[in-house]
Amino acid sequence: MRRHSRFVLSALAFGYAFLYIPLVLVIVYSFNDSRLATVWGGFSTRWYGELLRNEQVLDAAFLSLRIAITSASFATILGAMAGLALCRFGRFRGRTVLSGMITSPLVMPEVITGLSLLLLFVSLQQLIGWPGQRGFGTITIAHATFSMAYVAVIVQSRLRSMDESLEEAAMDLGGRPARVAFDITLPLIAPAMVAGWLLAFTLSLDDLVIASFVSGPGSSTLPMYIFSKVKLGVSPDINALATLIILFVTTGVFAAWFATRRAANRAHTNRA
Amino acid sequence: MTAAARNSAETTWRRVVVAAPYLWLLVFFLAPFAIILKISLADPLIAQPPFTPVFDESGNLSVTADNFRFLLTDKLYAITYLRSMFMAGATTLLCLALGFPMAYGITRSTPATRNLLLMLIVLPFWISFLLRVYAWMGLMNSHGVINNSLMWLGVIDQPLALMYTDFAVFVGLTYSYLPFMILPLYASLERMNLDLVEAAQDLGASPTKAFWDVTWPLARPGVIAGCLLVFIPAMGEYVIPYLLGGPEALLIGRVLFDEFFVNRDWPLASAVAIVLLLFLVVPIVFLQRSQARDMEHAA
Repeated sequence: MRRHSRFVLSALAFGYAFLYIPLVLVIVYSFNDSRLATVWGGFSTRWYGELLRNEQVLDAAFLSLRIAITSASFATILGAMAGLALCRFGRFRGRTVLSGMITSPLVMPEVITGLSLLLLFVSLQQLIGWPGQRGFGTITIAHATFSMAYVAVIVQSRLRSMDESLEEAAMDLGGRPARVAFDITLPLIAPAMVAGWLLAFTLSLDDLVIASFVSGPGSSTLPMYIFSKVKLGVSPDINALATLIILFVTTGVFAAWFATRRAANRAHTNRA
Repeated sequence: MTAAARNSAETTWRRVVVAAPYLWLLVFFLAPFAIILKISLADPLIAQPPFTPVFDESGNLSVTADNFRFLLTDKLYAITYLRSMFMAGATTLLCLALGFPMAYGITRSTPATRNLLLMLIVLPFWISFLLRVYAWMGLMNSHGVINNSLMWLGVIDQPLALMYTDFAVFVGLTYSYLPFMILPLYASLERMNLDLVEAAQDLGASPTKAFWDVTWPLARPGVIAGCLLVFIPAMGEYVIPYLLGGPEALLIGRVLFDEFFVNRDWPLASAVAIVLLLFLVVPIVFLQRSQARDMEHAA
């Protein structure tokens, strides 16, 4: 294989060190006994204990999970519909508007999305009395709205890479459109929908700014809780929380990576 | 089933599939912008909600351009918008300078290494953005890891003021948005035919000349997409300047947030958002076009 030049090698080394050293240090310091999070006071797991006894953290994490699961599911269904329409229905009235609306949330700064949704909810409340209070419902709607764009993009690129002939054959054989969609198209785009759901789930768990705008008093998500704590500076139990999240995500991503690599290898040997 | 019945079933099905996402986005994405525009033309009011209605009691239209006039004449806002643009632009260049050789190195690795390196670029996406920014607080504190190491090495004898400076904001922005730069660069470098570079060099072009004449033009779609993907969110960033920047480090995302939550001036915050959007309209349209082209290209 081609050798890397010294310049490219040092850029790679520096880049990856830049990306990963902060994360490694957070993990190391989460085992620090000292309350001063930057002074080493010996090895200890006490912050994990404190974290798991902290009810505010647990409540916030539970709320965040509920929002993430619900909003990702809405986003997946709506995003898949939009992807299907844009990719398979040819020209229809409103296509340009739909394709513009579906991609705009991808590039909209969070402060604008958050502000505009809050103003919508406030206006709706004045007009029709809904939403009565802001919290789970409003955050879920906001998250579903911006993450359905990601699902639509993933589903669209999957549909593009697939041939339309299967669906056409099913139609020619007399399948009703809805039946064809559920029996033929859905299984074909299922992997894209799973990937989209996971991405939407992560985006929802990650969001601070939009949730801060559209949540009401008394409902704080996990990022909102973390933000309210780290505003005041480094805190040891947040190090412990960060470590748990980093380890959980890394395990998941590596597992997925090994699984796809093995599947790819198997496909390769089968073909040979 | 008769052909006519099937056609009507197909029409109904298509209508449902189009209408559901269409109506959702109309209500929760497009309508909110009309509302922001409406409120930006109102006067602030100490009431609930804290702004004057567009139609007063007698039904007359009552709008004002005061908020926009204020934004245009107040020096502080002009400086904040320009500073945000400068910070976002400089971050974009830093990400490009670091991301380009990295993306190039990744494309030129063996397939197994390439997959691992790519996964390590994507991995931070799945870890909370907030926690990754937070990780830098522990590094850059006056008693943080960087200062402690430098003092221990004897390079400095006083802790450097790293936190709460523009430097810290640059580090945080570059760190957070670097993967957004690398992935599109990788995508366009990977499609590139490396034989072209070798041919240029065989024909006597120096490596530098081969890079500027062959590699760079071929990588341009990736460069454009990567730069826009970094610039647009960096311009409205709120968390990074809040956690890592100093109190004087005014960036527009943070000003909007404070105008809304601290000063409770909803009309002014809405006007700030509209002007921010005007700043970003050109790059956003540009990005959408380049992505649409890319999609067609891939098809």
